[in-house]
Amino acid sequence: MKRPHSIKRAQSISSGIIYTVLSALSVVWIIPLVFLVLHSFRAEKGAAIKYIIPKEFTLDNYKKLFTDTSLFNFPRWYLNTLLVAIATCILSTFFVLTISYALSRLRFRGRTGLLNIGLVLNMFPGFMSMIAVYFILKAIGLTQSLVSLVLVYSGGAALGYYIVKGFFDTIPRALDEAALIDGASKARVFLSITLPMSKPIIVYTILTSFIAPWMDFIFASVIMKDNYNKYTVAIGLFQMISRENIYEYFTVFCAGSVLVAVPIALLFIFMQKFYVEGIAGGAVKG
Amino acid sequence: MHKGSFVMDYEYLLAGKLKRGFIRIRESFKSFPSRALLFFINLPRNIGAVFIKIYSHFKEIVKIFVLGDMATKLSFVVMGMGCIARKRFIRGFLYLLLQVLFWFFFLTFGVVYIAGLGTLGTVSQLEVYNEGTGIFEYVKGDNSMLILLYGIVSLFLVVLYIALYFSSIRECYRTEMLKKRGGQIPFFSDDVQDLMDKDFHKSLIFVPSVMIICFTILPIIFMVCLAFTNYDRLHMPPGNLFTWVGFENFRSIMGFSDSSLLAKTFGKILGWTFVWAFFATGTNYIFGMLLAMMINKKGIKFKRLFRTVFVLTIAVPQFVSLMFMRNVFADTGLFNVFLQSAGIISEPVKFLTDGDIARVVVIFINMWVGIPYTMLITTGILMNIPNDLYESARIDGAGTAKQFFAITLPYMLFVTAPYLITQFIGNINNFNVIWLLTNGGPMTSDMYASGRTDLLITWLYRLTTGEQNYKIASVIGIFTFIISAVFSLIVYNYSGSARREGEFQ
Repeated sequence: MKRPHSIKRAQSISSGIIYTVLSALSVVWIIPLVFLVLHSFRAEKGAAIKYIIPKEFTLDNYKKLFTDTSLFNFPRWYLNTLLVAIATCILSTFFVLTISYALSRLRFRGRTGLLNIGLVLNMFPGFMSMIAVYFILKAIGLTQSLVSLVLVYSGGAALGYYIVKGFFDTIPRALDEAALIDGASKARVFLSITLPMSKPIIVYTILTSFIAPWMDFIFASVIMKDNYNKYTVAIGLFQMISRENIYEYFTVFCAGSVLVAVPIALLFIFMQKFYVEGIAGGAVKG
Repeated sequence: MHKGSFVMDYEYLLAGKLKRGFIRIRESFKSFPSRALLFFINLPRNIGAVFIKIYSHFKEIVKIFVLGDMATKLSFVVMGMGCIARKRFIRGFLYLLLQVLFWFFFLTFGVVYIAGLGTLGTVSQLEVYNEGTGIFEYVKGDNSMLILLYGIVSLFLVVLYIALYFSSIRECYRTEMLKKRGGQIPFFSDDVQDLMDKDFHKSLIFVPSVMIICFTILPIIFMVCLAFTNYDRLHMPPGNLFTWVGFENFRSIMGFSDSSLLAKTFGKILGWTFVWAFFATGTNYIFGMLLAMMINKKGIKFKRLFRTVFVLTIAVPQFVSLMFMRNVFADTGLFNVFLQSAGIISEPVKFLTDGDIARVVVIFINMWVGIPYTMLITTGILMNIPNDLYESARIDGAGTAKQFFAITLPYMLFVTAPYLITQFIGNINNFNVIWLLTNGGPMTSDMYASGRTDLLITWLYRLTTGEQNYKIASVIGIFTFIISAVFSLIVYNYSGSARREGEFQ
């Protein structure tokens, strides 16, 4: 009689500890985000305040983002990023799907060679050769333009084929063969059988490639240099917190960050399901 | 499954699921050196195989030249002639057009730059006093950078042209044979249809490959070339030219030449990069897993709520949270100001501006960034651990901690090893966290153009954008590649998925 009782007590103590730890951790993780939002509504100027909760709240920071565009043209940057993201996600999705399908479902001469090349190329850290990318863009006269950003983001996209390929590998080949026997061309099999069955992975690909331009810092800053009008939000916001501007613009920076973070966070939460599946599936299947 | 001895296989078969995992890990690490060695031993053979392949193509072409009829022989000079003679007009003229275009490009453009590759330019831009107008004028000289870039592109196109040339000749010969056998000569529309069916892979691969060549392969080749030149601030074309210097840059970064500061800096940054990658990966992994276990423990309520809180922090773009953190922990940032006004400290704590503190702080902030990711990814795998393992452990009297170290951790290490190593590579190249938090700073004078938290990759970035020391940046890039490649090969070797991928279908 005594034993189960003590086990129960030990269990309730241990879950008590776990609740405490989890709640504490939740606070640690959520506080920076709460503060980001709080400070975006703060009326007092400056990078820091001497108390925790701001005394006055205002919408001015948000207004300033859209009206005071002489130094920091936030609406422009936002639009730039959106355009780049849309173009990138269309191109990247196209590239990734075509390459993955070819490598997964079609058998042709040189296929293993391509797989090996892809393996080696993936070992190069993406922006290791950014100087060279910059020079190439310069040679074709495309630096400091949004087109060049789209090209850079989507150019190497096909190398991220393995997750999608892993997905295509799981679709039964019998379906393809049946359609081929019925006289369908390979293009038709791809368009009317494989693609409709691959909705989750297509959504995943679209979302990841849409989000990438919002996150990138390094290529955007290498390519755009000082052309403020072509900035994306990431490098634009970074300018606001430079030493000269931070006093005046810290709260505005927070407001801008909130405006970027909210839609991206929503998209991310929407695709979280695909994210976990994609990674887990990719890990198992390689 | 394993190339091990019979004893090993026997041991493997007898082992339980968990033990098998151990054996696989052990074998994988044991076999890595020999595999790596094998890779290098096989390298000459593989390169040899490529040459043999090229040779066999040549042999085939010569054979076609001997066996083919007049029209086919003419195709050696006028591309596509054999096709045109057999009424495959569109295809034949397309070949011809490409030939004309190529030779036009080659003679007006390519040949100059390919010839220039040897020296990378000899005449630098000159300032010449023009007596007539009374001002200094620039006389256009060579531009090493453009010569190198266009030279590589031209070489690429030449190789591509040769491939096209061969395939056109083969196609002409094929048509001739078809005609001889009285077969149906394909119309151009048939060729197009083939691209949707028999040759569908060509249509699928073409555009993405062009993009990869332009924006991945070409830049990599270009960068590797730069590592063997003296391209830096003192050799900036068009004012000054740069040229080949062999392994000079590698020697100086390894400390074999006079600039000891560079070698010292490289050693220090390399060391810190590994320390950082080790701790950043390890802390995220262990604590992320513990978090996942706590959330998923039986009897814990509000699982969804807790999970959402942590997922929310990854949903927010990394650069936003990192830039915010940078300000929170700045010398006059929120945290310091608050602590000071609360009277806890009198002087601001230099979270990000003191070398040693900054190194610890970036690892802690990285935990904030990364732990939820691990939590997300390990959740599913944790639930898959067979429950009877825990039960038998409990019967044997193992406590929670013991269970974690004896069952959970080994199991997870086994299943997620590829993920772990990939994370490690990712952290070696973790530009965002370091750059957005500290810019690699605080800068020190006893290192060459770098700060205390600089990783190889942020140092590379600074050397290219700030210092314009492209030669050293390229060498660093090559080293980064080698490091990443070694670890990637371990993953590849471990998962072995590529080798076995055929089995799935």
